[in-house]
Amino acid sequence: MSAHQFAQYLIDGLTQGSIYALVGLGFTIIYAVTRIINFAQGEFVMLGGTLSYVFAVTSGLPMPLAIIVAILVAAATGVVMYLLAIRTARRASVLSLIIITIGASIFIRGIAGNRLGVGAVQPPHFTGNTTILFLGAKIDPQELWIIGITLSVTILLHLFLTYTMAGKSLKACAINPEAASLVGINTKTTALTAFILAAAIGGIGGVAVAPLSFASYDMGAMLGLKGFVAASIGGFMSPIATVVGGLILGVVEKLAVGLSWGPFNSSYKDAIALVVLLLILLIRSGRLAAEERSA
Amino acid sequence: MRKYLKLSLFVLMTVALVSTCAIGCGGSKETATKEPYVIGAIFSTSGVSASLGVSEANTVNMLVDKINKAGGINGHNLSVIIRDDGSLPDTTATLATTLIEQDQVLVIIGPTTTGETTAIMNISTDAEIPLVSCAAGAAIINPVKYWIFKTPQTDKQAVVEIYRYLQSQNISKVAIITSTSGFGTSGKGYLESEAATYGITLVDNQRFDSTDTSMTSQLTHIQGTDAQVVVCWDTDKASAIVAQNMKTLSMSIPLYCSHGIATPAFITEAGDAANGIIFPAGKLLIVDNISASDLQKTVLTDYKNDYLAKYDASTLSTFGGHAYDALYLVVGALENMNEDLTLAESRAAIRDGLEQTTNFIGISGIFTMSPTDHLGMQPGSLALIEIVNGAWTPVQ
Repeated sequence: MSAHQFAQYLIDGLTQGSIYALVGLGFTIIYAVTRIINFAQGEFVMLGGTLSYVFAVTSGLPMPLAIIVAILVAAATGVVMYLLAIRTARRASVLSLIIITIGASIFIRGIAGNRLGVGAVQPPHFTGNTTILFLGAKIDPQELWIIGITLSVTILLHLFLTYTMAGKSLKACAINPEAASLVGINTKTTALTAFILAAAIGGIGGVAVAPLSFASYDMGAMLGLKGFVAASIGGFMSPIATVVGGLILGVVEKLAVGLSWGPFNSSYKDAIALVVLLLILLIRSGRLAAEERSA
Repeated sequence: MRKYLKLSLFVLMTVALVSTCAIGCGGSKETATKEPYVIGAIFSTSGVSASLGVSEANTVNMLVDKINKAGGINGHNLSVIIRDDGSLPDTTATLATTLIEQDQVLVIIGPTTTGETTAIMNISTDAEIPLVSCAAGAAIINPVKYWIFKTPQTDKQAVVEIYRYLQSQNISKVAIITSTSGFGTSGKGYLESEAATYGITLVDNQRFDSTDTSMTSQLTHIQGTDAQVVVCWDTDKASAIVAQNMKTLSMSIPLYCSHGIATPAFITEAGDAANGIIFPAGKLLIVDNISASDLQKTVLTDYKNDYLAKYDASTLSTFGGHAYDALYLVVGALENMNEDLTLAESRAAIRDGLEQTTNFIGISGIFTMSPTDHLGMQPGSLALIEIVNGAWTPVQ
């Protein structure tokens, strides 16, 4: 593998991994605060992607405005989903709530397929599609946007959680919900904040990836699966670990393609990625167990 | 009193007259319009294969209207029950059972894809009801199954069409990139097994998932080989990404695709990158360019005009043609069927009729079936098509 090939695989992998990371972040935020695994997370990505096309191309809004509106609609869907489906069933068990999110995802997908059509759409690139030469790798400018957006979202999220009252409340609820409510944190509001954040981040992911790889009403399920894996590497608790997990997953997948030789071809890329994942999880669980013993 | 008698007599006579008329009229009506022929159809009008299924359902609805307006089949109206399986094989199985047991249909048309067809082949065989599939997979009719027929060209024929052309251009080093879907995997099998026959060496063999944001990694690997052309096997969306990625990587070798991109959606999706792509497909796409002496010319032109008069051009595709062929093959069998058969006898008669199809000129090709060939597609049904300036053009 030559240097420029390696650069190509690396950047391709970081792009792919960024999407996994953004989806994973949504899982982590909602799980940490509410203990719910939100299986509708991929649908927020789908909404961001398909709606940015609808607003930019069908309605003819300027691209930046179309992007913002698409993200807002995705976030609003998160709010509606929380208020209608989750809060009204708050006395139900966590398992029931998780099943409700599966129902919500089927509902959102159905509406999208019905209203927006079942074909694949591609919104325009943010800044054209002239190939950029970087370290010998040929890159679509959108790939840099995706990686850049993911890094920005991660940093902003970190700042939000560390330095704002709302962010600190989220963290407090994640660590101990009962103690948090005892010191006067409104757990319902934090849960709503978590859904808004997760839906908006999903929407941002969809907006960023759609110009590169199309958006369609059924894209959410598959992305949700990979994002779930990224979140499980992060233990569903740490946003930073989730992002790192997503990036590792993406890069390993793409490098596995690059290493393909003879019968050992790219059909094994998912298998290789899963083996790496299992190793990471084994090491993590070993370390967690050790921490528990020492505690 | 006499007045009342007169009145009641009048009423009685009127009633008698009306009732005799009713009996008489009813009787004559029964002989004029016979019971309708009810057939079932299962298409994927939602889910991943929706773009295929919608063309098929549109086509069947249009043709049934046309047939009934022209007086039906031997005096029987044609009634089709169309069901959507959502591109899910499990649903297909349930729908097939309902159509057979509850709706008591004579024959089933569809489903849209190979996976869904496989899911109901046993059901159809056990219930002894003919099935005319609209899916490409060669495994559906090879080996031959007594009750199962199909209308689209097989993926093997599509592979052979590309390889034969490459051989004529003295191209021997080919890199293939196929999806991990059922369609991609089946295509990969034939790309591998047919290569040697046409003097072709596969210098790279890459796979991708439909979830991948880009296939640049696989294509970068192909760039490291001495491949003269790339052959990609998947439906429109992922093929469009491959085409765009090749442009990003400034790869200059030509791209060949499967018949899975034979829809206007592909040209919209791939944009500029679509130009120069060559793929095999039915002649419907280039009907305006084929010579008037072609036996299919009239059928193709009529279908295209009828379809466009009723539906949007973005859904006109060869997939609708598969449903056209399936429906008319069944109509042909119904026309030759005797009256007053039981349901089981009718189903068997339709099966026999399908098998005896000779020189039926359809959209996908010309069909002559036999007990050993339940597709019966005559050679020359596929054309190689190049996308030039966003339009389909026959390859000379």
